[in-house]
Amino acid sequence: MSNLLVLPILIPLCTAVILMFFKEKIRLQRGISAVSGVLNILIALLLVTRVHSEGIQTLQMGGWAPPYGIVFVGDMFAVLLVAMASVVSFAILLYSFHSIGEKRERFYYYTFFQFLLVGVYGSFLTGDIFNLFVFFEVMLISSYALISIGGTRLQLRETSKYLLINIVSSTLFVAAVAYLYAAVGTLNMAHLSQRIAEAGQGGVLNVIAVLFLIVFSLKAGLFLFFWLPGSYSAPPAAVRALFGALLTKVGLYAIIRTFTLLFVNDPGFTQSWIAWMAAATMILGGLGAVAYKDIPRILNYNVIISVGFVAFGLAAGTRDALDGTVFYLLHDMLAKGLMFILGGVIISAAGTDRLNSMGGMIKKYPLIGWMFFILTLALVGIPPLSGFAGKVLIIRGALDTGMLTLSLIGLGSSFLVLYSLIKVFRQAFWGNEPENDQPKVSLKWASAIAGGLLVLVIAMGIGAEFVFTYVSQAGEVLASPVQYIDAVMKMKE
Amino acid sequence: MELLMAVAVGILFTIGVYLILSKSLLRIVLGTSLLTHGVHLLLLTMAGLKKGSAPVLGKADTYVDPLPQALILTSIVISFGVTAFYFVLAYRSYQALGTDEIDSIKEDKE
Repeated sequence: MSNLLVLPILIPLCTAVILMFFKEKIRLQRGISAVSGVLNILIALLLVTRVHSEGIQTLQMGGWAPPYGIVFVGDMFAVLLVAMASVVSFAILLYSFHSIGEKRERFYYYTFFQFLLVGVYGSFLTGDIFNLFVFFEVMLISSYALISIGGTRLQLRETSKYLLINIVSSTLFVAAVAYLYAAVGTLNMAHLSQRIAEAGQGGVLNVIAVLFLIVFSLKAGLFLFFWLPGSYSAPPAAVRALFGALLTKVGLYAIIRTFTLLFVNDPGFTQSWIAWMAAATMILGGLGAVAYKDIPRILNYNVIISVGFVAFGLAAGTRDALDGTVFYLLHDMLAKGLMFILGGVIISAAGTDRLNSMGGMIKKYPLIGWMFFILTLALVGIPPLSGFAGKVLIIRGALDTGMLTLSLIGLGSSFLVLYSLIKVFRQAFWGNEPENDQPKVSLKWASAIAGGLLVLVIAMGIGAEFVFTYVSQAGEVLASPVQYIDAVMKMKE
Repeated sequence: MELLMAVAVGILFTIGVYLILSKSLLRIVLGTSLLTHGVHLLLLTMAGLKKGSAPVLGKADTYVDPLPQALILTSIVISFGVTAFYFVLAYRSYQALGTDEIDSIKEDKE
């Protein structure tokens, strides 16, 4: 039992409730949400060290012993993701202070921001599949509000599509849970894993596994991503950063969790599905990133490519590949958050999101330009930066299992990432300045935040050895779910 | 009884999908709401329709599984919230865009 586990959920929840009472006091709202952000980072780091030294932490809600009550489980994978999410969301929070605009702030922007975090952390930490659905919904409802807040025509149109897709996928989620409950009669994930292993994962359970894969793929943007580029382009840059960095990652977390813990007994069937979906995602996402000429869409397609790459690591499924998946997922949250912040800065500096009407920004904003360039290298996976270690581990694991074609696609997608981001860099920062003279905007605040994140990206690359001691502990649990099951099912009072 | 429930679930899903595929935003909202109700019935049916007393210890020999009810209750609350949000959104886009036909909301940047 560790009551610490509930704090990452409780803190944003209480903050959100408190923030509701200060609708007009924007400065106070900012202050409270910043304090709660810092508190969350500290708690998350404390959890990471606790899990590192004492192993998997569990918390039984209301003292109901598993498998009857709802449990919260903090294994290294979940806790690392909580820590990274709290760091990235704090940076995005700071960025939104100066970019989101007073009108949106007055309409409960920070409240919804905190509710979104409740859903994200809850999804990471819960050990009960129906509870996962509930936290997904908490997250999604706040994302509906965040995507539509402000109410421009574009936002209204895209929100109705986004809403429809997510309602349908949530409906399928409940249906999948219903079938699973009918088949094995439990909802606790550790208990499910045991029961599915006893039942031997035959035809019915494989169908349920695919249903879960479809549901989570819709949320993560794995193969079924047709809704993502449009919907994620509608809201302002800070919200886009939040979605790109966190929302798709929660879907990915759910895929990784279900397919390393629950449906592990027929890997030939499930892994090949994931592998094909990952390949298609990387190729289609890469084509999209190359094809478009406005910054939001290019960045959104980059999110899709990395979703494909993480799924590819899961499909390879060896110990190396799983370590790499965790590492790459952590890197990707950080780098994607930074990418969207820089993208937002470029758009606000140029006054447009069309690449064709930009140019010559390197003279006015050299710092932003070079930060974007280094970030590009990090996303591609150039050695001293954070993208490298994860990619190497995933590719090595994949080659061990003989997935040569997929490895080539994975490496090829890196080139498309490079091409699409260098295209942004070249057209926005080099070349001639456009005719309409934009006034120089002050970017000190945004540059400081982006600089902080960039330092983390570099530190994560150089300190890969240090990060790896934690990451490999996460990969260990993913590779052998027995540890997870033991920690949950053997009660520790 | 199970057969009847299965047919009811099927009908709800059919009507829900039909409504979602239409153009009017209002019909789509109603469609999603019917779809979620279909799923709630499915959840009840899949858990097994048993006769027994309320799940309080020491009252009877057979008990009803309380879990599906708890799940359905949670799910109903969530779908209620989402539907309410969707109605407000539909109304707001009707005001702002002057139409509730999802096709005629054209690509335009402000």
